[in-house]
Amino acid sequence: MPSPGYRREMPQRYRLEAAKCKKCGKVSFPPRLVCSGCGSREFDKTKLSDNGKIVTYTTIRVAPAQFTTQVPYSIAIVEVDNGVRITTQVVDCKPEDLEIGKKVKLVFRKLYSEGHTGIICYGYKAILI
Amino acid sequence: MIGIVGYGSYLPRYRIKVEDIAHQWGRDSETIKRGLLLKEKTVPGLDEDTITISVEAAKNALKRAGIDPGEIGALYIGSESHPYAVKPSGTVVAEALGVVPNVHIADYEFACKAGTEAMFVAYGLVKADLVKYAMGVGADTSQGAPGDALEFSASAGGSAFIFGKEDVVADVLDTFSYTTDTPDFWRREGAFYPLHGGRFTGIPAYFKHVLGAGKAILERSGYKPSDFAYAIFHMPNGKFPLTAGKKLGFTKEQMEPGWIVPLMGNTYSGSSPTGFSATLDIAKPKDLILLVSFGSGAGSDAFIFKMTDRINEVRDKAEKLKSMLENNRIYLDYGQYAKYRGKIIMNE
Repeated sequence: MPSPGYRREMPQRYRLEAAKCKKCGKVSFPPRLVCSGCGSREFDKTKLSDNGKIVTYTTIRVAPAQFTTQVPYSIAIVEVDNGVRITTQVVDCKPEDLEIGKKVKLVFRKLYSEGHTGIICYGYKAILI
Repeated sequence: MIGIVGYGSYLPRYRIKVEDIAHQWGRDSETIKRGLLLKEKTVPGLDEDTITISVEAAKNALKRAGIDPGEIGALYIGSESHPYAVKPSGTVVAEALGVVPNVHIADYEFACKAGTEAMFVAYGLVKADLVKYAMGVGADTSQGAPGDALEFSASAGGSAFIFGKEDVVADVLDTFSYTTDTPDFWRREGAFYPLHGGRFTGIPAYFKHVLGAGKAILERSGYKPSDFAYAIFHMPNGKFPLTAGKKLGFTKEQMEPGWIVPLMGNTYSGSSPTGFSATLDIAKPKDLILLVSFGSGAGSDAFIFKMTDRINEVRDKAEKLKSMLENNRIYLDYGQYAKYRGKIIMNE
């Protein structure tokens, strides 16, 4: 069955929607109820840039069941152009292609499927540019 | 005038060469390359499908259109590889683009012409003043049975077109559709791979409909082939579109920019729309362009477009097709390809 969390997180996973604090301007991704910068509860909706760079990364060689066909694959912390850091899979490359500081673009991809008959879950991943 | 206000394409980075497929099945690659005029084809990544391809193509179209996605009143996805049998591809695409909730959505299926079907309906709704903007997408992760001739061509990719009345880059001057019941290629419900009628797919199917639509739209519009800067015909292989174009009176030079099949393969519903997108990347203001699709079953949609000055302002706002076709290619061997295309039976 589709998890309520997946449905709830669509704005972030699909469209990179974030929350910008009306008081101090800090951008939270995923959106928060309380700003971690100033404690304010008032936010504007904003969208993360889909361009960024690799801050650090690791390579997964022993994967959870959903991802075994993809090994070896890389997970990186990416800092997008408006300063927010996100954790994401980096695809369409070999692990040895990755370097700290390399530029990436966030793209829309399948994250996993709930088996052969369940729903397909989508979201963002990064590719090297 | 009503026409295209933004266009965009997407091709996966993975490729397989004709030699690798031919080697697997003991076929002579040179004969196939010479016969079908193919060199390699695109392959979707493990995490790519018609929905992800449509989203990326549509994002490029939005970059060129420069419009608020919320103003799109209709969104149609044409494909023969929708990931769900029941659940629209269009709803996921619309959600990812921020087009929801005030939008009409449908998925289309008409073999390889579902993309131009989506474009035709999007254009019609704008013309009828029912919506301000409408998007038509043609995208596929095409299926071809292992060892079948189709395996050399069936590829992945797609293109999106936003129709509107303001800031148009290519006016639609005319459209025409030509359709009959022709059982040249089909896939039954639940079947994994399509079947085709061998030689029956040529003259009674592809050529009858492409030439039927092409001749009719030229006749009713009053244009001659020499009036056009470019022409694009559906590309099931390299040979068919060149032959059809020649029969209609077009030169290879007119077809060359949109004849992307040798490096892309046949992206089914995305084939002629993506050839058209490649042509828009290089067309000049006032150029006339003829687009004729073909879908088995069978039918062809024909469009005549006239470029406007605005094309020069928008074409560099997104990646061009030639760049997608020639850069960042990752080559797979047949074993990897079989895994990427889900041709290996796995335990759940």
